[in-house]
Amino acid sequence: MKSLLERLAAGEVLIGDGAWGTLLMTRGLEPGEAPEVLNRSRPEVLEEIARLYLEAGADLITTNSFGGSPARLRRYGLDGQTEEINRAAVAAVRRAVGGRAFVSASVGPSGHVLKPYGDGDPAEIGAGFERQIRALAEAGADLVCIETMIDLAEAVLAVRAARAVAPALPVMATMTFERSRRGFFTVMGASVEQAARELGEAGADILGSNCGNGSEVMVEVAREFRAHTTRPIAIQPNAGLPEPRGGETVYPETPEFMAEQAKALVLAGVGIVGGCCGTTPEHVRALRAAVA
Amino acid sequence: MDILKEIAASLERGEDDRVAGLVRQALEERCAPLDILNRGLIAGMDVVGEQFRKREIFLPDVLIAARGMYAGLDLLKPLLAQEGVPSAGRIVLGSVRGDLHDIGKNLVAIMLKGAGFDVLDLGADVPAQRFVDAAQEHGATVIGLSALLTTTMPVMKEVVELVRARGLAGRVKVIVGGAPVSEAWAREIGADAHGYDAANAVERVRALVAAGA
Ligand code: B1M
Repeated sequence: MKSLLERLAAGEVLIGDGAWGTLLMTRGLEPGEAPEVLNRSRPEVLEEIARLYLEAGADLITTNSFGGSPARLRRYGLDGQTEEINRAAVAAVRRAVGGRAFVSASVGPSGHVLKPYGDGDPAEIGAGFERQIRALAEAGADLVCIETMIDLAEAVLAVRAARAVAPALPVMATMTFERSRRGFFTVMGASVEQAARELGEAGADILGSNCGNGSEVMVEVAREFRAHTTRPIAIQPNAGLPEPRGGETVYPETPEFMAEQAKALVLAGVGIVGGCCGTTPEHVRALRAAVA
Repeated sequence: MDILKEIAASLERGEDDRVAGLVRQALEERCAPLDILNRGLIAGMDVVGEQFRKREIFLPDVLIAARGMYAGLDLLKPLLAQEGVPSAGRIVLGSVRGDLHDIGKNLVAIMLKGAGFDVLDLGADVPAQRFVDAAQEHGATVIGLSALLTTTMPVMKEVVELVRARGLAGRVKVIVGGAPVSEAWAREIGADAHGYDAANAVERVRALVAAGA
């Protein structure tokens, strides 16, 4: 199989998967429970979701390890099981997809605001990312997917950790931006230009954005990335921004709508198009058809 | 410059380590603690909150300013109590079950404390029942709920329903807030108020207390 980076370099557009949280909830994940608990208690659920996204046409399938850093797991008293939880996340997806898709090992924020603004100790958080990523890599992940980052300093810690403990694996790093009158920034104040530069310098192979915006706005984010990096770009939008309706919340973007925007994303130079919150296997199927 | 304006400006500039010193200086200059609070600390935080809402500044700036506000509040609190400034009311506050986001809730707590409310902060990931139990146990007339996730917003509805089920409606009011929470959502679930930021939350809670009890 050609490597991920070779395929992207050849100009191929790859499809990511969609949201996991909602599918986990409809399969019994309780609000307030750490989603990663299921990796060990009910791995068959993960395999089922991985298969749904594989069948929908995803080339990359995400592992259920977003909150798998020890700093994050500690909130649930699970940090002692960091290795087991992360290994199980990779193993479940691998069982479901074999060699038919890349196993994309998710690494999310630590949940702490770094010093001097919060209580997070950078050395400790970096070491935590190393511990998580080592486990993900040992279990056979195909790439490290650092995602939903809002603090560039923390994202850089995660990228460096990946480079240090899993030097053979490609690293994808995506951040969440908000649109303001002065352009796109993360809530912590990083611009797309800064993110592109610093993540690139830290050694990320693929850069981009996930979450926080619908697909239309993400086209603008993608263009800004293209202006500031020559590396492959990954964009995984939400299905719009959630709206409360009748006591429930609904993500407004239909698969058809996202598929139209996906074409614009590809024109903007994006190499990996997937989905984040509110997206479903139906969205992924439509993305696949749109960029086929 | 007027020392109170200087306090506000130092919060706005993110010089959190200067705030306590300036508050001490203001006290030496015989400013009333309540003035220092309102025209210094709170005035400064109001500006910071507004700038953040417009994203002219970012979260780190807000966190630094909040630290300055805390430092100033710590000096003023015993003095305010000594002066016999009466409590503006008692409120139980927290982020709802399933929600670990607490930065916004903490800011609301700071501003409410600054405004003289007695705040019982239950922290994050708080189940509906704990809010209502705590309100009953401590005689709070307002329950403040924060949610940042669309998936946890329904817990707010549970709290409103529980307040009704226990026959507390009218006596215990519920205010909701957090980025995805809107006035429309508050109406939909039957909450008594919605606050769009920390300063607005203080106004709304004040109105609830004035209208109730
Ligand atoms: C009582 O009356 C009142 C009245 C007013 C009230 C009030 C109560 N409460 C608040 N207010 C109001 O006053 C405050 C001051 O002005 C304001 O409070 P806010 O809280 O709105 O504003 C704060 C001052 C600053 N804002 C914040 O602090 C939130 C910032 C963002 C970036 C954010 C952060 C920091 C975090 N996160 Co999270 N996070 C995001 C946020 C994206 C964003 N840009 O907003 C959001 C909220 N997160 C999101 C998600 C999805 C998640 N997060 C998660 C985790 C985290 C961190 C732990 C990493 C961290 C929280 C750290 C902490 N200790 O709080 C996860 C959930 C964890 C959990 N179970 O809660 C996770 C599920 C990610 C995951 N897949 O695991 C998204 C929610 C989508 C949705 N609408 O459902 C999100 C919008 C980001 C996004 N990319 O889209 C007002 O709303």
